[in-house]
Parts: sequence; structure tokens; C-alpha cells
Amino acid sequence: MAADTAIGRRQAATGRHGAFGDMAFHALTVLFAVLVLLVLGGVIVSLIVGALPALQHFGFGFLVTEAWNPVTENFGALAPVYGTLVTSAIAMLVGIPVAFGVALFITELCPNWLKRPLSTMIELLAAIPSIIYGIWGLFVLAPFVQEHIEPALIGTLGAIPGFGMLFAGPPLGIGVLTAGFILAIMVLPFISSVMRDVFETVPAVLRESTYALGATTTEVVWRVVLPYTRVGVFGGILLGLGRALGETMAVTFVIGNSHHIHASILQPGTTISAALANEFTEAVGDLYLSSLIALGLILFVITFVVLALAKLLLIRLERQAGR
Amino acid sequence: MELYSRRRLTNWLIIGLSVAATAFGLLWLVLVLSTLLINGIGAISLSLFTQMTPPPGSSGGLLNAIAGSLVMTVIATLIGTPTGILAGTFLAEYARGSRLGEAVRFVNDILLSAPSIIIGLFVYEVMVVRMGHFSAWAGAVALAIITIPVIVRTTEDMLRLVPSALREAAAALGAPKWKVVVMVTYRAAAQGMMTGVLLAVARISGETAPLLFTALNNQFWSSDLNGPMANLPVVIFQFAMSPYVDWQVLAWGGALLITASILVLNITARLLTAWSSFKQ
Repeated sequence: MAADTAIGRRQAATGRHGAFGDMAFHALTVLFAVLVLLVLGGVIVSLIVGALPALQHFGFGFLVTEAWNPVTENFGALAPVYGTLVTSAIAMLVGIPVAFGVALFITELCPNWLKRPLSTMIELLAAIPSIIYGIWGLFVLAPFVQEHIEPALIGTLGAIPGFGMLFAGPPLGIGVLTAGFILAIMVLPFISSVMRDVFETVPAVLRESTYALGATTTEVVWRVVLPYTRVGVFGGILLGLGRALGETMAVTFVIGNSHHIHASILQPGTTISAALANEFTEAVGDLYLSSLIALGLILFVITFVVLALAKLLLIRLERQAGR
Repeated sequence: MELYSRRRLTNWLIIGLSVAATAFGLLWLVLVLSTLLINGIGAISLSLFTQMTPPPGSSGGLLNAIAGSLVMTVIATLIGTPTGILAGTFLAEYARGSRLGEAVRFVNDILLSAPSIIIGLFVYEVMVVRMGHFSAWAGAVALAIITIPVIVRTTEDMLRLVPSALREAAAALGAPKWKVVVMVTYRAAAQGMMTGVLLAVARISGETAPLLFTALNNQFWSSDLNGPMANLPVVIFQFAMSPYVDWQVLAWGGALLITASILVLNITARLLTAWSSFKQ
């Protein structure tokens, strides 16, 4: 009935017109959202396709072989995978306590006016690109480590039987330890900003009532804040780990690129990403290239698992905070 | 009383360690920036911006690398911004509670932290292998893929901050939803979305790993987007790793240039956020 009147007809027309615009715009946003999914799908498919020749040729042995010989075309992923895991472990060992200290200082101790500038400065550490850390690590940090830190480590910890194996060999400056240390500085801002954010989700009532019971700041953090936020803290740590595992340029500069596994962390090594950055454009032969892509696939699988776990934990925390 | 003093002592110890950790973190920022300034300032001269990258042993500048980086960053931003904004719009305006929305959000967060070298490998497989040669296009696409998750994330966050009352008011006036989004919500969130784009540009200005496999490098001036193109990060990588002192000096100069522009972008983005929250 209403459609018979002039106004009704116009309304129906604009309604249809608006409906078309709505549908088109909705479809457009869906299209680009699906594109995001397709990028990840494309990454997975292209890595598997590229890695297939190497995986077929070497089979499961690829994962457990240390050899990396472009001349005889014999490749194995053990040394880069080992290097990736060890450098990331060092980064976590150094980075987590420092990030925790920073987050603790910013949320619990620091005066309000200082909070924002301090957070900004720590976050600027994350804005500095990887290559800058690399050039700085090569020209400044590595010589310093070689002259001052490594001789001290060799002299003290290196003398302990058994454990000292980790610190054996000449001080080179360039090696697994230096790479791990640079990674620690690079993941620090990521971990500490997540920790700071989750620490701030603790209801003030909980904090205040614990202080009212006579607890010290340390006890409040240890007994109330940390138990309340442990899922989020763990998520933040995994997020930092995901970064450390895939970090490329900074590590490439200072790790020394040796495809041999040394017990000592003072010796050169390599990581998956450093091997890719160094060798990819110079790789001749399909098997060589395919082996490098297979390394990339391994890296992708490891980081995907770590990042997905981090994300799931943080989502769980969000839901918990929402309720 | 003994228990009390022990508790107090632990407390002071932990507080002391926490202050030390913060100082330790800031120390690296100061150290990296100051060495960069000391080593880089000597390389900053007019010839850095007017001459091409030299062969070892002769003087030169970084003109072709600077131009190449600018070209690829601009193309990447032009591809990444609309893609990221539309996908972010979907998440904020259409996907409340939907399965697709959750999947996209999850995948986007994975891409946000995924190693950039993997993105380089992907573009290598899809573009460089197909085309048969390295190209600036491939480099720009790799960078664009890195900008997308950053822009998606900030767009979604900023659109969610827009009060629903604004949308409802526009809808009550009879505006169709797409007009509400484009003419009301986008305008309200414009500054925040701009911040996202700036942060994304800052993120790709220093990206090296994905360019190694895509744009590679070029010692000469090139305006051919279908061929390899020089760019600052890869030039810095090559020059810093070389044994030639002239090249190392240029690498420091380039490093200072990149860091300075990234810090400016970051600080502008932060000021923009602070300003828009102040206005509200």
C-alpha cells in the first residue's frame, strides 16, 4: 500500500538503492578480510610446494642431519634449527627477567607523570629496525663482548668441569651468545609491554586490600598480581619468543654463519633465518634452494605454533577480564 | 621483628632490581642511538643525497638506494592501506561474533608477528620465480603484505572506539550502513587510522629480510619497476658486511637516515593519538 504513494515509492527506491550500496560495501570488506586469510594460506602452500623436492630427497633425515654441503648437495637442518632454539633460549633467559623488572617498575613503582614517557622509550626499542641492531652489534657490541665479557666468562664459568663446556674456546665476539644477547634487547619491549598491560588489568581492590593487610610491594606482586595475570604473562613471553625465533638481520650480522654445532655458546653458529638471508640469493641448484625453503617451512611451523598458543592464551585472558 | 626486617629487605632488593632492569633497558636505547649518531653524522653530507652508490674505494652517496626505498614504500603503502582499512572495517563493523571475523582476527595477529623473512620467501615463490627475475614490484608487494596486519589491527581498534550513538544517530536519519561507515565512523576515527598507516610505514622502512629475496639490490639508478632496485636496508647490509671503510661509513649514514625517519614517524603517530584522545 505504502509503495503506491509517491513518498512510499521513493522510499522503496532509495531503500533498494541503499541496500545495493550496503551489499556492495559489505562484500568489499569481506573480500579484503578473506584476502588476509588467503595470504596466510598462500604462505603455507608456497612454502610446502617449494620445500617438497628437498623433503622428498632427504626425507625425515633432513631434520636430524648436521651436514650442509652445497658442493655434494647434502643438506640437513639440524645446525640452523639448533642455533635458532639456543639463541632464542638465551634471549628469553636474559629478556624475561629484565622485561618483568621494567613492567614491575612501570606499573607499581613509577610516579604517574613518568609512566607514559618511560613506556614510550622502552617501546621505541621495538621501533628500531633489525638491521640497525645488526650493524650496531657487529661494530660495537661484538668487539666489546670479545674484549671484556667473554674472557671473564671463560675464566670463571669456563673453569667449572662439565658446565664449562658451554663457555669453551677462544673469545671471538661473534657467536651464539652475542646473537642471543641482541635478541634479548629486541624482544624486551614486546614482553614488557604485554606484561605492563596485563598487570594493569588487576582490579585495584585486590591490590589495595593486600596492601591493607600489611604486604610489601614485592609480596603484592608475587602473591596477587602474578597469580592473577599468569596466563597473560605467559602469552606475552610466547609473543616475545615468536619474535626471537624469526628475527633475521640482527642475528645474521653477529652469529658467524657456521653450519657446525658447537657445545660452546661462544662459538659461531647459524639460525634458520640467518642461513636464509646469507645463502638464498647465492644458492645454485634446485636442491640447495629447496633445502633453504624447507628451512623456512620449519621456521614457519615453529613460530606459528608459538604465536598461535600466545594468541589463544591472551584471548582467554581477555574473556576472563570481560566477564 | 626479625621477620619484618627480612621482608622489608627482600622488598628493597626486588625494587632495586626492578629499577636496575629499567635502567638496563633504557641504556641500550641510549647506546644504540648515540653510536648511530656518532658514526652516522660524519657520513651525512650533500653527496649522500646526490650521488649513486659507489664501487669500493671511491666516493659516492646513497641517492639510488634512497629513491628505491621511497618508491617501494609508497607503492607498498598504496596497496596496503586500502586493503588493511577495508579488512579492518569488516572486523569492526560487520563481524561482531561471526566465525569468519574470529578467523580473520586470529590470522591477522599471527601475520602481525610472523617473521618477515617468511613473507619474503612467499613473494619470491609467487612473483620472482614466476616472472623469472627479481623486481621492485615484488619488493613492494612483500612490504605491502607486512603493512596489512598493522593497518587491519589499528583500523579495527580505532573504529571500535567510535561511540555507537554516532552510528545510531546517522542510521536514524535514514543513512544506509555503508554511508554511516564511510561518512561518519571513518571521519570520527580518521586520526587513529592515520596513526596505523604511519606505524605501518615505519615498520617497513627498515625491513631488510623480505627485500633480499624480492627487490634484491642494484648498484645503479633504476626507474624500471620490473628489474631489481636499490634500497637502503639491503645496501646497508651489503656495505656494513664489506671490508671497505668507505662502504662502512656509507652504511652508518644510511642507518642513521632510516632510524631518524622511523623515530620521526613513530613520534608523529604517538602525538596524533595523544592529540585525538585529548580532543575527545
